[in-house]
Amino acid sequence: MKVSAIIEKLNLTVFGGHQGLDREVEGGYTSDLLSDVMGHADEGQIWITLQTHRNIMAVASLKDLAAIVVVKGFVPDEGTIQQSNDEGLPLLGSNSEAFELSGQLYELLKK
Amino acid sequence: MELKYEVEGGNFTIAGNASSGVKKLLKQLNVDPKVIKRIVVALYEGEVNVVAHAYKGIIYVDINAERIHIVIEDEGPGIPDIDLAMTVGYSTASAKVREMGFGAGMGLPNMKRNADVLKVSSAVGKGTVVELITYLSN
Repeated sequence: MKVSAIIEKLNLTVFGGHQGLDREVEGGYTSDLLSDVMGHADEGQIWITLQTHRNIMAVASLKDLAAIVVVKGFVPDEGTIQQSNDEGLPLLGSNSEAFELSGQLYELLKK
Repeated sequence: MELKYEVEGGNFTIAGNASSGVKKLLKQLNVDPKVIKRIVVALYEGEVNVVAHAYKGIIYVDINAERIHIVIEDEGPGIPDIDLAMTVGYSTASAKVREMGFGAGMGLPNMKRNADVLKVSSAVGKGTVVELITYLSN
């Protein structure tokens, strides 16, 4: 499933990285610890987190993640959005909490 | 091929620049993506450690056909007990660094798992030297 389809189904906001909306999503990873994501997330996953600072883009880019979703209506920092645009790596947002959003994404991807 | 990156303590905005540069280069050299991933994880953790704990540091990268050799040298407080620092979950990071989602005590363990050779030496009050070697073909 493409990032764009997930945005539509889960009603996500796009903060940046529009060029990457065609990326294929292979799964998801939910964590607020950057080293945990560095160590355990896999290429092509959507990362669900409440972190908003620009280091999340560095981690997502280094790990070749498909996109980041910032939860609970948080708005990413300006530098984060800028880096998302620079790298074409979608930076998304949701008003849901991480638990709910992870459940919804899991349901979508397991089909 | 030799490269050098400077890292500024406390400046999280550019943390990851060295890792990103090395990743691009290894891709150009057609290194196996799985090997690149391991190198990048280990290097990023090393880079963040300098930003989070030291005053400044230099990353030396040396690549030949066989292996990548990375030396991360910092001027900083040093590590009094390296075995303890290698323990999963142990961290001396500040509250601010932890709030950002760093400082979970996973950095050095991640480096150990993702490098073929990891050597850490440190002088308290002076700084730390981390050496990473990863072989480019399996």
